[in-house]
Amino acid sequence: MYDGNKIIIGLVVFGLLIISPILYNTLGKASVPPEPDINTPEINKMVEKKCVEPKSFMRANHMQILNDWRDEVVRVGKTRTYVNGEGKEFNMSLQNTCMKCHSNKKNFCDKCHTYMAVKPYCWDCHIAPKEKTT
Amino acid sequence: MSMNRRQFLKIAGLTTIAGVGGPVIVAGMKERLLEASELVDVPERSGALTAQRWGMVVDMSRFRTEADRQKVIDACHHIHNVPDFGNPKDEIKWIWPETYEHAFPGREDEYMPHALKEMPFLVLCNHCANPPCVRVCPTKATFKRKDGIVMMDMHRCIGCRFCMAACPFGARSFNWRDPRGKDAQGRPFIRKENPEYPTRTIGVVEKCTFCTERLAKGLQPACAEASDGGLVFGDLEDENSDIRNKLRNHFTIRRKTELGTSPSVYYVIGGAEHV
Repeated sequence: MYDGNKIIIGLVVFGLLIISPILYNTLGKASVPPEPDINTPEINKMVEKKCVEPKSFMRANHMQILNDWRDEVVRVGKTRTYVNGEGKEFNMSLQNTCMKCHSNKKNFCDKCHTYMAVKPYCWDCHIAPKEKTT
Repeated sequence: MSMNRRQFLKIAGLTTIAGVGGPVIVAGMKERLLEASELVDVPERSGALTAQRWGMVVDMSRFRTEADRQKVIDACHHIHNVPDFGNPKDEIKWIWPETYEHAFPGREDEYMPHALKEMPFLVLCNHCANPPCVRVCPTKATFKRKDGIVMMDMHRCIGCRFCMAACPFGARSFNWRDPRGKDAQGRPFIRKENPEYPTRTIGVVEKCTFCTERLAKGLQPACAEASDGGLVFGDLEDENSDIRNKLRNHFTIRRKTELGTSPSVYYVIGGAEHV
């Protein structure tokens, strides 16, 4: 092989460059998944800090619930009432139910959505609450 | 094992029945299982107003002054975050004044009272029984609810404006500009936001919804509430409702009935003592 050394060195450099993002992530600091903040005056006031459904369920399925609520409110429902697993009733409303407690959109919604690079268009129309964090 | 022709046919027949009928039975069972395990039976929220077909009577004898009309318009437009772009080309309107000539074209006569001809009628979406806007919407963003309300789903609207072309009453407005924006003087288009109701976004069509959000809470529409009896809202199919009573006792007209859309909004021009 002519100029074998040069080619091999070139290949090694090339390989390193290609895997550099992976090296950067594994050797460097792994980015920490954010913890949504529930520190708002409204939630702190609650005796039992409970969302509409259990936390684990909400974490995985809140988008599905919001979709269902939207269809129910806009398209089907006349009652607009959600009954959760415990039989408790809630008004199906992003602005008037969800965000009444989670009045810290920046530290609650946006934190994870930014991390996951998802851009839900809720806030194009729905009015975000005034930021409240204690 | 040997098999004669008769046995073979029997087995083949049974297999066919199982193959065709089996999935149906299984699907049926599954559905029932789902229904049993999930809470689908939502109790009727006490106090939600319901009807067979919602309608409204606009009693013009109660809207003699500008203030009477403005009060109603402001009530609606404030509660629904309707922007004011300050120019008629971009105007968004859910309920607005229109002269008799424009509201009831073809019904104006040469010698009719001048006052009536010029009188600004309050007009809004007619929530037609046969709504052309619903027929043309390519995404089903606008649709007719079971209670007669022609509703908009802003999540689905793609802003094609077919519905605006189809509506013979001009009841629909398009957001040419961002309703959350500000004018040249830095004044927001929505003067005072109502945090309980969403705004719209640029590029969607909007109109009156007969206050579905208020009906669900058991409240009358905002305009009817602010009108001091000038707007009578109720169930057109219920013989004993206020609105049917009003229709029984007054001569009413509707807009452009010749088009066959069958509007649900009726107009009382005014009693003998008024016009």
